Amino acid sequence: MNFDLTEEHELLRSTVREFAESRVAPVAAELDRESRFPYELVAEMAGLGLMGIPIAEEHGGAGADTVAYAIAIEELTRIDSSVAITVAAHTSLGTMPILLFGNDEQKRDWLPQLAAGQRLAAFGLTEPGAGSDAGATRTTASLRDGQWVVDGSKIFITNAGTDISACVTITAKTGDDEISNVIVPNGTPGYTISQPMHKLGWRASDTRELSFEGAAVPEGNLLGPRGAGFRQFMEILDGGRISVAAMGVGLAQGAYDLAVAHARERRQFGQPIAKFQAVQFQLADMATEIEAGRALVYRAAWLKDRGRPFALAAAQAKLYTGELSNRAVNAALQIHGGYGFMEESPIARFYRDQKVLEIGEGTNEVQRMVIARHLGL
Amino acid sequence: MKIAVCVKQVPEGTSLKLDPGTKRLDRSGEGALNHFDANAVEEALRLKESAGDAEVVVVSVGPAGAADALRKALAMGADRALLVSDDAVAGSDLVATSRVLAAALEREGADLVLFGQQASDSDGAVLWAAVADRLRRPLVSQAAELSVADGSLRAKRQTEFGYDVIQAALPAIVAVSDAINEPRYPSLKGIMGAKKKPQETLTLGDLGVDVGQVGEAGSKTEVYEFSLPPSRGDSRKIEDDGKAAEQIVEFLAEKRLV
Ligand SMILES: Cc1cc2nc3c(=O)[nH]c(=O)nc-3n(C[C@H](O)[C@H](O)[C@H](O)COP(=O)(O)OP(=O)(O)OC[C@H]3O[C@@H](n4cnc5c(N)ncnc54)[C@H](O)[C@@H]3O)c2cc1C
Repeated sequence: MNFDLTEEHELLRSTVREFAESRVAPVAAELDRESRFPYELVAEMAGLGLMGIPIAEEHGGAGADTVAYAIAIEELTRIDSSVAITVAAHTSLGTMPILLFGNDEQKRDWLPQLAAGQRLAAFGLTEPGAGSDAGATRTTASLRDGQWVVDGSKIFITNAGTDISACVTITAKTGDDEISNVIVPNGTPGYTISQPMHKLGWRASDTRELSFEGAAVPEGNLLGPRGAGFRQFMEILDGGRISVAAMGVGLAQGAYDLAVAHARERRQFGQPIAKFQAVQFQLADMATEIEAGRALVYRAAWLKDRGRPFALAAAQAKLYTGELSNRAVNAALQIHGGYGFMEESPIARFYRDQKVLEIGEGTNEVQRMVIARHLGL
Repeated sequence: MKIAVCVKQVPEGTSLKLDPGTKRLDRSGEGALNHFDANAVEEALRLKESAGDAEVVVVSVGPAGAADALRKALAMGADRALLVSDDAVAGSDLVATSRVLAAALEREGADLVLFGQQASDSDGAVLWAAVADRLRRPLVSQAAELSVADGSLRAKRQTEFGYDVIQAALPAIVAVSDAINEPRYPSLKGIMGAKKKPQETLTLGDLGVDVGQVGEAGSKTEVYEFSLPPSRGDSRKIEDDGKAAEQIVEFLAEKRLV
């Protein structure tokens, strides 16, 4: 048994923490207020190798492991969720399908620019009529004259509509009871992208509705074997949950750090409010739950890195950290009092950014369904 | 060209603790690369990049944990690390530390030795002078700009009144100011590759330094007593919402200071 991270992991953590504190923190409030996509930060993170952390070096990535990836996402979220989800969705949802299921040609065509962070990728699973029931997809792709012709729509898709978005991998019906994944490059005629959606949180991240009307892509854009789409997207979601769970830990840690700083500074009844036991108990609970959540996340990542089954651990980590981050931002804002309700204080943004962690990549209820299934219930 | 950069591992965080028993700084907690030294590492890497052909070796005298600071420098892009670690060195003041460091640098025989302006824990800002004196090398401190050509360096030295432009023949020693550059972040690739770079650990014996010349025995400084500065008492913090100046004037008037 060994709870120590490697020297590389520690150095990565301190590096990303320093980057987040000195580069992201100063602009996070402004990006959020203006719902502005963080192009400059994406370029900087690309330079540091953070846009392709778990992608092998031969494909242009950094070749690090899932634990390293979770640490980086955690540290980014500790400062800003929009920046973190941009990296996480690009990596786990956008790039992974091509890495895991792409053939050599597809990997050669897409991975180097994606792993290097020059371009972004998206994953389009959710539809207006297919959310938790993602298998209920109505989008179709039919093979005509050597091309897949796509018709349908997707909703809430991250990273699909930025100036540097390269492609979206979508799930589509390629026959009755048959789902496949198809890569649709941005700029494909018939593929239109809505204006950015207005969100409660994650405002600087890019979220779009996509519509496909006779959008034709080459036959070679089919990802993996025809009809493998359902199994493929389940596998993508299993891995993606680790990064969203890492966001839960990072968000809770960031909220805790803000609450501690405020509680030490703020004086009422003649002393810092951190001296009141009621405040201390809230912080003690938060710190304890954060440690528990972090252990779940790192364990899920560690299992994945060892090639062991990790889907149950990932769902448990995602469920637990989603709910813990909810409790953490709630208590942290309470400790801020009225100041926390003002948009000038970062905790207000953390509070708004939190909720989606209990919805995206499978709601809390869906995690419980997944966990129950793994428990053989 | 060979560039040596001297770096120190310092306690992390903003509050330093003194150990009342040893009267030394408590170094038991987490440590980090002294951020002033990151400027020196960065400058060495820039010189290397513009020279094309140079080796950057980072050198530290410190406990085994100082390997972390060296690793960060390697991750930033330094080629090789040298750590002098020996229990006997603990408790060395700058006179003793400079002796060890000078011996290590003598062994390296670098064309250029870079230092940060000071260490953020002891804030001495004189070690480089002691080392330069021992090695009998020219020294430029507070360098805000640095270039090397044809066997000599040119530095813009920051002073209270402006800049001195100084030229010195190599080999030489330069302590860079923290205004000289903005240190890069180690890239993930750099972090992953750091372990594979040569890292050497030497003892005093390896350097031929006598144990009696280091540690407390070799130091000229003796700590009799230390105490914390008195607390500032009730202080008032004014956040600038556009009226800070007015509030400060009011406060001063209230205290009859203006
Ligand atoms: C900001 C943001 C970014 C997103 N990014 C992406 C993206 O990049 N790609 C992508 O494909 N999707 C993305 N999504 C979509 C996200 O994955 C879905 O919102 C999520 O899966 C839930 O689906 P839904 O919104 O349709 O909710 P619904 O499925 O309609 O769920 C509504 C409620 O019903 C509950 N419920 C549903 N079924 C059951 C059941 N069987 N038992 C118990 N309760 C149930 C749910 O738990 C939930 O509480 C994003 C969403 C958001 C908000």
